[in-house]
Amino acid sequence: MNTSSSEARQTVDGPRMTGSQALLESFLIEGVDTLFGYPGGAIIPVYDALYDYRDRLRHILVRHEQGAVHAAQGYARVSGRVGVCLVTSGPGATNTVTGLADALMDSTPLVLVTGQVGSELLGTDAFQETNFVGITQAVTKWNCQVKRTEDIPAAMAKAFYVARSGRPGPVVVDITKDAQCGTAPFHYEKIASIRSYVPVPEPDPECIEEAARLIDSARRPLVMVGQGVILGNAETALRAFLDKSGMPVASTLLGLSAVPTDDPQYVGMLGMHGNYGPNIRNRECDLIVAVGMRFDDRVTGSPKHFGEHAKVIHLEIDPAEIGKIIPADVPVAGDVRETLPMLTRLIHRRDHSDWIAGFRACDRIEEERIIRPALHPAGGRIHMGEAVAAVARAYENDAVVVTDVGQQQMFAARYFGFRRTRSLVTSGGLGTMGFGLPAAIGAKLGAPDRDVVLFVGDGGLQMTIQELGTIFQSRVPVKIVLLNNSFLGMVRQWQELFYDSRYSFTELTNPDFGMIARANGLSYRCVERREELDDAVAEMKAAEGASLLEVRVEHQENVFPMVPAGAPVSEIRFE
Amino acid sequence: METEQEYIITVFSENKVGLLSQITTVFTCRNVNIESLTTSESALQGIHKFTIVVRTTPETVEKIVRQVEKKIDVLKTFVYTADEVVQQEIALYKVTRSSSVEQLVRQHNVRILEVDTDYIVVEKTGHKEETQALFRLLQPYGVQQFVRSGTVAVIKSRRELLNEYLEELEKMRRQPEPVRTGA
Repeated sequence: MNTSSSEARQTVDGPRMTGSQALLESFLIEGVDTLFGYPGGAIIPVYDALYDYRDRLRHILVRHEQGAVHAAQGYARVSGRVGVCLVTSGPGATNTVTGLADALMDSTPLVLVTGQVGSELLGTDAFQETNFVGITQAVTKWNCQVKRTEDIPAAMAKAFYVARSGRPGPVVVDITKDAQCGTAPFHYEKIASIRSYVPVPEPDPECIEEAARLIDSARRPLVMVGQGVILGNAETALRAFLDKSGMPVASTLLGLSAVPTDDPQYVGMLGMHGNYGPNIRNRECDLIVAVGMRFDDRVTGSPKHFGEHAKVIHLEIDPAEIGKIIPADVPVAGDVRETLPMLTRLIHRRDHSDWIAGFRACDRIEEERIIRPALHPAGGRIHMGEAVAAVARAYENDAVVVTDVGQQQMFAARYFGFRRTRSLVTSGGLGTMGFGLPAAIGAKLGAPDRDVVLFVGDGGLQMTIQELGTIFQSRVPVKIVLLNNSFLGMVRQWQELFYDSRYSFTELTNPDFGMIARANGLSYRCVERREELDDAVAEMKAAEGASLLEVRVEHQENVFPMVPAGAPVSEIRFE
Repeated sequence: METEQEYIITVFSENKVGLLSQITTVFTCRNVNIESLTTSESALQGIHKFTIVVRTTPETVEKIVRQVEKKIDVLKTFVYTADEVVQQEIALYKVTRSSSVEQLVRQHNVRILEVDTDYIVVEKTGHKEETQALFRLLQPYGVQQFVRSGTVAVIKSRRELLNEYLEELEKMRRQPEPVRTGA
């Protein structure tokens, strides 16, 4: 291989090779070290070539293609790198759609390469043919089909550039079998721009000045941080902004861990099951500074009432998000890693400790009404919050927490407590049950030096339970905390609160999870009594490889506080 | 509640397979009906132009345009109200031949494209209201076929916005964007 410049291999020219080899060479140039995938007819040529790249590309064989995408998401979310998947055409491809939708919603950089039938068969309803570019239009940031061997490197360069630049997202490259098999001279040019695509809008200095004026004159401001801070590696810039502005800061679900939970200015999580303070005091705010977040309806409740007495400054990389839900008085388009320091330079040092003290008063109410009963229940079965707190204690709040979707997700988000960034991997926007287990596998591979703990319910675990086989084969030491309440707990909670306790098909009769865990080579323990909880967690933590701790929890516990869907967030309920 | 009005949206894009459906999906998602749509290569080689007419509120049209512009292969999108553009549609009528039809045709300043023993094909260019009005007039005499194109429009403002945008892009390309994150 010749590199035309010494800097970062921008252009590479190589010998004639097959399309499959060209694909793998493209991966190497883009810095890929791990693939998540599943072979099949239309991608066999790539897998055949991969056999010779095993020393340079680690391939994790999942048990279902959905698992490949979620694993790649976990990998991407903890590492900040692009997650890469490889699957076959037809059913292999369609099985990934949920993962793609999840990655698009949660802005996760992914490149999915799908095999496709030979170009001469396209459109003939050939065996395992689906129009995958058509199917994935709505769930990808960009996609394309490659029918010629010589087009593979350029398509891959564009795919990686689009996936990781600006607001990240999933990209699909669909490669016909003949393109994989043909040969062409290898020529790779890394992409640094595309004519029709502006990944990072140019910040408007006037908007920055106007934002600084609003910040300086605000009396009851609140900063709301989202995942944009993490995706933009802007944690330090945020820290400096918070230090100088003195403002209290709340976080969305996906923004969690961007600010340490015990930070004196941190006032909690926003949203439906968020903390009392940032919800109830929403009406009092005279300024909202939204940083890399998109005002999801689970955050805003009724958008009409959200921050109704507040001016809104919206710092956001995606112009389509500005004003989409909540009108921005001052739009600050741009990468928050650039715009936050611009703001910090202009604003005056302020102290909002009196205003923050008001949030602490809310904390005391929440502590008494919700947190203490959740973490120290009077008796009965173990509660989910207790289990989360026990795990947090054992890991001293320093682990990558992966969750599935539902009650355990909310309990983990509320009660784990985070020390450093990129410590929560959860399906926020799409709310994908079954996300947790494969995402935990990817997270452990993406952050091998960190402990990875998965919180999962009995419903969600069984949606992708086959990935225990992946853990077995690839020896991925993830720690699984199964919070088993024999219900689809979150739906049951809604049925209790809003559907007259008619538990329509939310009760689960479960298999023996111990046998399943052991059959897949995981160490296993089940606890039902709270006196054993700390010991069981310690045992799980100390276990050599992967481990599953089943905690038999209270069957009909509810997550509170709760903002009823569509209600103003100030109508947050304790029961 | 904001009132609905007619908007002419022009979308300039790279010539990419499947882009039309990507663009129309943005409207479908928000339950906005496309009144008319035309697409062809623009005056700039390799750049395609879509002209889309919708009736909706100012707020919705603004949000739709941002979502369309978010598509990686879309270069630029512009929105105009009806008074900001000169727009035309073309309509073809195949009408049963009779002396009264020929009279009508002469009165209404239409082009005669073909005359056969038993039918006549005429063309009228104009606004939808005008082509519709002629259709109503011809109907009693037997319209065998009627077809109307989508709207094509040019803007009244002397500035050619896309050219300015492309020039700006060229400037930006000389200082490429840094890639934000690692692989």
